[in-house]
Amino acid sequence: MSTAFDHPTYNYRVVRAFTIMTVVWGVVGMAIGVLIASQLVWPDLLANIPYLHFGRLRPLHTNAVIFGFGGSALFATSYYVVQRTTQARLFSDVLAGFTFWGWQIIIVAAAITLPLGYTQTKEYAELEWPIDIMITLVWVAYAVNFFGTIAKRKMKHIYVANWFFGAFIITVAVLHIGNSAVVPVGALKSYSVYSGAADAMVQWWYGHNAVGFFLTAGFLGMMYYFVPKQAGRPVFSYRLSIVHFWALISLYIWAGPHHLHYTALPNWTQSLGMVMSLILLAPSWGGMINGVMTLSGAWHKLRHDPILRFLVVSLSFYGMSTFEGPMMSIKTVNALSHYTDWTIGHVHAGALGWVAMVSIGSVYHLLPAVLGLKPGAMYSTRLINVHFWLATIGTVLYIASMWVNGIMQGLMWRAFNNDGSLTYSFVEAVDASYPGWFVRVLGGGVFLLGMLLMSYNTYMTVRSAKGQETEAFNADTQTA
Amino acid sequence: MDINTLRALATPIAFIAFIGIIVWTFSKGRKGGFDEAANLPFADDDDDVSVAQRESSVEKKTNE
Repeated sequence: MSTAFDHPTYNYRVVRAFTIMTVVWGVVGMAIGVLIASQLVWPDLLANIPYLHFGRLRPLHTNAVIFGFGGSALFATSYYVVQRTTQARLFSDVLAGFTFWGWQIIIVAAAITLPLGYTQTKEYAELEWPIDIMITLVWVAYAVNFFGTIAKRKMKHIYVANWFFGAFIITVAVLHIGNSAVVPVGALKSYSVYSGAADAMVQWWYGHNAVGFFLTAGFLGMMYYFVPKQAGRPVFSYRLSIVHFWALISLYIWAGPHHLHYTALPNWTQSLGMVMSLILLAPSWGGMINGVMTLSGAWHKLRHDPILRFLVVSLSFYGMSTFEGPMMSIKTVNALSHYTDWTIGHVHAGALGWVAMVSIGSVYHLLPAVLGLKPGAMYSTRLINVHFWLATIGTVLYIASMWVNGIMQGLMWRAFNNDGSLTYSFVEAVDASYPGWFVRVLGGGVFLLGMLLMSYNTYMTVRSAKGQETEAFNADTQTA
Repeated sequence: MDINTLRALATPIAFIAFIGIIVWTFSKGRKGGFDEAANLPFADDDDDVSVAQRESSVEKKTNE
């Protein structure tokens, strides 16, 4: 993009780049999601191409949506918010460029190595050690740039959104380095330094806090800036936001063992993880209520503003999935839900309903702003509204079908005959899951359609902003 | 001191620290500062206004 949009104080260039890539990786990652959902309904789909097998595409889907889409959204919003709330330019433009290109190369490397079968086999940490080292370098540059900007702030206070972004950056660094400790035995092959149950525990200490800090704390940072900004009023309670912050970051780190209920992990560790997960409901809902109540007295704005609707409905899904999560961490509930589609439904209530929708709302707010237009002034507000309904309907179809499938699978797997034998064979449960899996393809497809509308809207907004810049330039030269 | 004593102490220390944070957060003297902080997202609204003004000046110029 040209330098015509450049802001006198802020580095908007890197924000624009990450924002565009948020949309691009969103479409790519979710399209792969729809593809692998289809492979479960039609198992013969691309079955003879090993590179496009479900087992190789599934980690590519998760990496593309979490790190490509979510990661780009986090970089874009954190760089935007930290500059605007400190009124200082980013600490270093060079480091900003390095984080952008480094991060894109990492995602492309994932898209090449995962289909080829190179993997550390740890969920959300599949990438092999050379890519892990690159992630570490980019992340350190990110941390230096972010905290360097805070250090040179012009304001006395550090706005709460930056606390959440800061916690996300520090904790993800610790988690990534801790869980990626491996012994390399080849250019693209390594073994974990941990073993057995300890390895599983380290993995889920990482895995759950990837959810807690990458997919929650960072996005709460977005919420604390973009909800007040789009609603035009300060956050409901700043005091609550401080208690929310400290409670959330001190509790999340303990919840990992609930991924390992009824495994070789010591029983006391499982119970501890369950109790900590239950307590986690309090800060989660505290934050959700703080965000939603920011609209008190301004509810009417929801009628006309689809961007605000994206943000508020994302908080509703956040509240829903952070109620569901603690409930599923209860060992007796987990005995029914674990290894079923309910877990996948829960993840997507958070991923589509919360993470994606709050990101989409934030992008619609900031993209025009970094193009020199009024914040939120996208090419078409009507298309944003259509996107909102597609995203909501898609998410509801997805999670409802997975609830039905998950509970059905759990009940079928644990059904016994009077003589103690199993009532159903595993394949009978698979067969019964097909209708739900088909509804999931529909839901994912509807959500993806919304993302395609967003791409078009993004393209047209960039184009019209470029047109205006040219006009402004011509007008200036004519009057001069 | 036995390392396990320290490990056991970590829980009450974290709890006391959390109570301390709540007391600090809700103490009376902090209200003004928090109000200031809560309004930080709007501190650079002038910036967006100047952008909007620039746009409208562009419109004027192109209309002329």
